[in-house]
Amino acid sequence: MTENILVICEQRDGKLQKVSTELIGKARQLIEKKQGQKVVALLMGDKIAGLAQDLVNHGADKVVYVDNPALKDYMTETYTKAACAVLKSENPDMVLVGASSIGRDLAPRIAARIKTGLTADCTTLEIDDETGELLMTRPAFGGNIMATIICPDHRPQMATVRPGVMVALNPEQKTGEIVDFAVDFAPEDTNVEILETTMITKESKDITQAAILVSGGRGVGANFAPLKELADVLGGEIAASRASVDAGTAHKDMQVGQTGKTVRPEVYFACGISGAVQHTAGMEEAALIFAINKDTTAPIFDVADVGIVGDVHKILPKLVNRIRNEK
Amino acid sequence: MKIIVCIKQVPDTNEVRLDPKTGTLIRDGVPSIINPDDMCGIEAALQLKDQYGCHVTAITMGPPQADVALREALAMGCDEAYLVSDRAFGGADTWATSSTLAAAIKKLGYDLIITGRQAIDGDTAQVGPQIAEHLGIPQVTYAQNIEKTEGNALIVQRQYEDRYQKIKITCPALITALSSLNSPRYMSVAGVVSAYDTKEVKLLTFEDLKDHVAEENIGLKGSPTKVKKSFPKQVKAQGVKHEVDEDEAVEIIVKKLKEHFVL
Ligand SMILES: Cc1cc2nc3c(=O)[nH]c(=O)nc-3n(C[C@H](O)[C@H](O)[C@H](O)COP(=O)(O)OP(=O)(O)OC[C@H]3O[C@@H](n4cnc5c(N)ncnc54)[C@H](O)[C@@H]3O)c2cc1C
Ligand SMILES: Cc1cc2nc3c(=O)[nH]c(=O)nc-3n(C[C@H](O)[C@H](O)[C@H](O)COP(=O)(O)OP(=O)(O)OC[C@H]3O[C@@H](n4cnc5c(N)ncnc54)[C@H](O)[C@@H]3O)c2cc1C
Repeated sequence: MTENILVICEQRDGKLQKVSTELIGKARQLIEKKQGQKVVALLMGDKIAGLAQDLVNHGADKVVYVDNPALKDYMTETYTKAACAVLKSENPDMVLVGASSIGRDLAPRIAARIKTGLTADCTTLEIDDETGELLMTRPAFGGNIMATIICPDHRPQMATVRPGVMVALNPEQKTGEIVDFAVDFAPEDTNVEILETTMITKESKDITQAAILVSGGRGVGANFAPLKELADVLGGEIAASRASVDAGTAHKDMQVGQTGKTVRPEVYFACGISGAVQHTAGMEEAALIFAINKDTTAPIFDVADVGIVGDVHKILPKLVNRIRNEK
Repeated sequence: MKIIVCIKQVPDTNEVRLDPKTGTLIRDGVPSIINPDDMCGIEAALQLKDQYGCHVTAITMGPPQADVALREALAMGCDEAYLVSDRAFGGADTWATSSTLAAAIKKLGYDLIITGRQAIDGDTAQVGPQIAEHLGIPQVTYAQNIEKTEGNALIVQRQYEDRYQKIKITCPALITALSSLNSPRYMSVAGVVSAYDTKEVKLLTFEDLKDHVAEENIGLKGSPTKVKKSFPKQVKAQGVKHEVDEDEAVEIIVKKLKEHFVL
């Protein structure tokens, strides 16, 4: 057993997913308490060796990659097999996985196969000063309750973390160990057949990457144009509550919250959003939160840094004009 | 085709609270429902039954009160229902929950297993894939659509953040259902009557599953994870709320944006 931390990285169509570097960033922070131990990144795919250096530059001491045509598309069994083989050889103390729709398919399968615990959707990861154990804190019961989970008797300690929750380090040119790890696949490992893949054409940019988000709820009504204008003058993107998505005003990709995306922008405008816990669960880590709501008792004011009691329809156009004049 | 649907009884509320003294959940007075994704799992199974004449069994692991959830599944049209219940199963994490459910499923026999993607209380989305692993069968998670095709194969539309795929999977297999999969039907009056009068909820205890799962793989003992502590979510330091006219509101926002170098 090593005391290393291994991050299972994710790539799609040869493009590294941001959650991977976010988790490497977190692993670097955790490893500070474990002198002399390494952050190991695991990368699986077909013709992906070229991505390894990028992981080193983001803070991995070592990259183990499995490059095989059987891993061209994500499939549960081939990826589980490859990951378990690497885990067996690397023997890490902790494993972090992005809680994407791929990570949440893969991680439980790995944990069940190697018999260890898995903590889902962690928002805080810390190392216990006394025991050296990983303390994995996560929301449950719709975000009403936080639970700190430990995995005392099984190794590795495994956790998934949603995209946008941890912060990636700025890449710097670094040197690290890069290992090409071979896995033999049998034809029966490919036990499903992907018949067709359809990309969802995005109506909006990826909201988890935006520095500024202008988000609208039911109180905005059916027209997001004023929000879009504010987002445009500030160089941000628009986002939404589930009520706006359900009403068809906003696309599902734009939904913030428990069943949408977790965002951590520099600035978040909550316009006509009441602030249900399922919504705030996805945005309360924003650095600066503005809330505009006409109901002075709306719970969104509990998480807002600056609350404005008022009508979005009246305030937003004035705000847009004022900012235009400023520039 | 024999379909097993896994359902979980969950508290129907966004208002679950912690007892400030004991730190445990207050569930009293909170009504229980079938987990929303699992309702779609039941509906998906019943649609396959309507079209192809499948046999549909609902199972849940839980306390005796979970009987109600199974009766509801019967009333919707499921053929059989099993309550997997024993003190020995208590305190299970997803590893032990899935090994116990896998044992029950093995005992009952199956072609297709449908679970919800995620339960709204535990919120992990781990039980489905882990049941599949314990049974050693393929899985497709995040199902938006399920169609039967030739033989024992299904074509499942699988959702990702940026794409969807049509995946062919051959039974025995497990699928996890998204709530966008379908709109669950209501219970019929005749269904409700038969759920209580003619159909029965059968009990499976550890004694019944002993041949399929070892004692060290169930309950608290079989759970690698432990809840060290739980606590209500902390509210962050109160911000400032302004009840002012629009022009002043605009000035407040602009000033703050400047302080943060956004402007
Ligand atoms: C299992 C589960 C998961 C969920 N997941 C999510 C999720 O991921 N994301 C999410 O957002 N929700 C989620 N929800 C739904 C959530 O509980 C709320 O219902 C939802 O967030 C409400 O959206 P809203 O704030 O836009 O609408 P409402 O709650 O209807 O609030 C509208 C607000 O607008 C204000 N308003 C009205 N007119 C104006 C005006 N002219 N100017 C200013 N203010 C105005 C009102 O005072 C009110 O506060 C989930 C719910 C469940 C049960
Ligand atoms: C606050 C808190 C946090 C927790 N965190 C973790 C954690 O991080 N890791 C962990 O391993 N355990 C955790 N647990 C334990 C976990 O919630 C239980 O094991 C639970 O029984 C199953 O997990 P889930 O609710 O997340 O189900 P999910 O995995 O989200 O459920 C997916 C589907 O599996 C099926 N299913 C789930 N449970 C049952 C059941 N009892 N009977 C029939 N079908 C079922 C349903 O179809 C459901 O839709 C936690 C428990 C608490 C109270």
